[in-house]
Amino acid sequence: MVVGGRTVLDRIDLDIQAGEFVGVLGPNGAGKTTLMRAVLGLLAPQAGRIEVLGAAVHRGNPAVGYMPQTRSQAPFPLSGRSFVAAALGGQRWGLPWTTATDRQEVERVLELVDAKTLADRPLDRLSGGERQRLLLAQALLGRPRLLLLDEPLISLDPPRADAVVALVRRVQQALGITVLFSAHELNPLLPALDRVLYLGGGGARLGPVDEVITGPVLSALYGAPIEVLHVRGRIFVMSAAHDVERGMHCGPGHVCDHSPAVASA
Amino acid sequence: MFAYQFMDNAFIAATIVALVSGLVGYFLVMRGQAFAGHALSHVGFTGATGAVLLGLPPLWGLVTMTVAAGVGIGLLGERVTNRDVAIGLVLSLALGLGLLFLHYFTAFATQATALLFGNVLAVDEPTLWSLAGLAAVSLAGLAIIARPLLFASLQPDLAEARGVSLRLVSVAFLAIVALATAECAQIVGVLLVFALMVGPAASAQHLTVRLGYGLLLSALLALFEAWAGIAVAWYTDWPVSFLISALSMTVYLACAGIGRRR
Repeated sequence: MVVGGRTVLDRIDLDIQAGEFVGVLGPNGAGKTTLMRAVLGLLAPQAGRIEVLGAAVHRGNPAVGYMPQTRSQAPFPLSGRSFVAAALGGQRWGLPWTTATDRQEVERVLELVDAKTLADRPLDRLSGGERQRLLLAQALLGRPRLLLLDEPLISLDPPRADAVVALVRRVQQALGITVLFSAHELNPLLPALDRVLYLGGGGARLGPVDEVITGPVLSALYGAPIEVLHVRGRIFVMSAAHDVERGMHCGPGHVCDHSPAVASA
Repeated sequence: MFAYQFMDNAFIAATIVALVSGLVGYFLVMRGQAFAGHALSHVGFTGATGAVLLGLPPLWGLVTMTVAAGVGIGLLGERVTNRDVAIGLVLSLALGLGLLFLHYFTAFATQATALLFGNVLAVDEPTLWSLAGLAAVSLAGLAIIARPLLFASLQPDLAEARGVSLRLVSVAFLAIVALATAECAQIVGVLLVFALMVGPAASAQHLTVRLGYGLLLSALLALFEAWAGIAVAWYTDWPVSFLISALSMTVYLACAGIGRRR
């Protein structure tokens, strides 16, 4: 995959099983969003092919649900219900009428994500976590078989992040669908993961956490020495003395909580 | 007050323009493009004065320039948003050019004031027909793109993934805004388009969280402000455009106050 003249993902070969919950991890620029855009049919690979549920990818495939990264701008104060409904058949021309069937579908997805009580409130008065639930509801419209979630945990505090992961896991199991869930940090995903897809250095490794998140595998992926530490059920990926995952999202706008005790462990 | 033909014409023109402005303005505010309407009207001033210079009806010059500029902004897309210096300079140039054209056309000294601040009491019957035609085109266009426009405005990334062409929707919408702006300038003038296009829509968003009610309220508030402006002008002899802009501000503050307490 080449984006803006830069090779982001180079010769990767993956086979994700139906019904899996796959955590997509890796530093910024490793290709998490690129991979999702390719599966959505928005970006074409230079060579090779991508299949979703046995068919070549194409833009607007109803079998693929997508939850984009949230934008930071203040949302227009529509109700959550109107917001979710706007995505239903929103690609068709004409007036945005909703039929009785449409309204049932909107209620179904709102119920799936426990957002019925949020649905009458204006979007600009919802918290980040509450808005995430509406975005997830939108992604579930039309009963997709594969769900792509692009960094849903960004800007959520740890308890809310855990709640989002638990919700996605519950929905995924209830509907028996496949989930690709990208994140900066592995730990919040640990309770839900079936397998992990680690992107880095243009490459990718897919497998169970114990097999992929190890010093030798990640060192080979990055071409630099990487250590993996297990501390009380949590996993820390370190490059020399830096915590790679922490360092990765310490960009502008992020609160960076460097705990020296862990970083130098 | 309805004994005079010019008052009848003024109310009919205000009705047509208010409906279009209220509906188009609602989407404009939703998309966070309120200033695009303002910018388009400035560019329209160049078109209107240029047309006068060439001996053509100013409305057609206005429409041509605003639509061309609207399509241009839509095509350039995100490359021109957040370029406030460049936009400001282009707007100044547009007004400056308009002044230059007027300088060479000295026959009507009142022409500049009418274009800048509107003159709804001077609307004649042919202009009414033009306004009705433009309104029909812009509302039909809006009805065709409303669904993908709503989707693309609220959730651009998801809309793109679902197959909506964000650029096509954006260009089509800005062309519709351009038509609405040209109409609106007939009533309140190019400098006060904001009052009738953005004011009612921004007020409506404080009163309801439902899309349908929002659109309806926006159109009704625009109607109220335009009608009340003309009626009060009849009794006070104050300029209609001043009254509409004052009403627009008053209604907005009242709605924001009500919205805060809900």
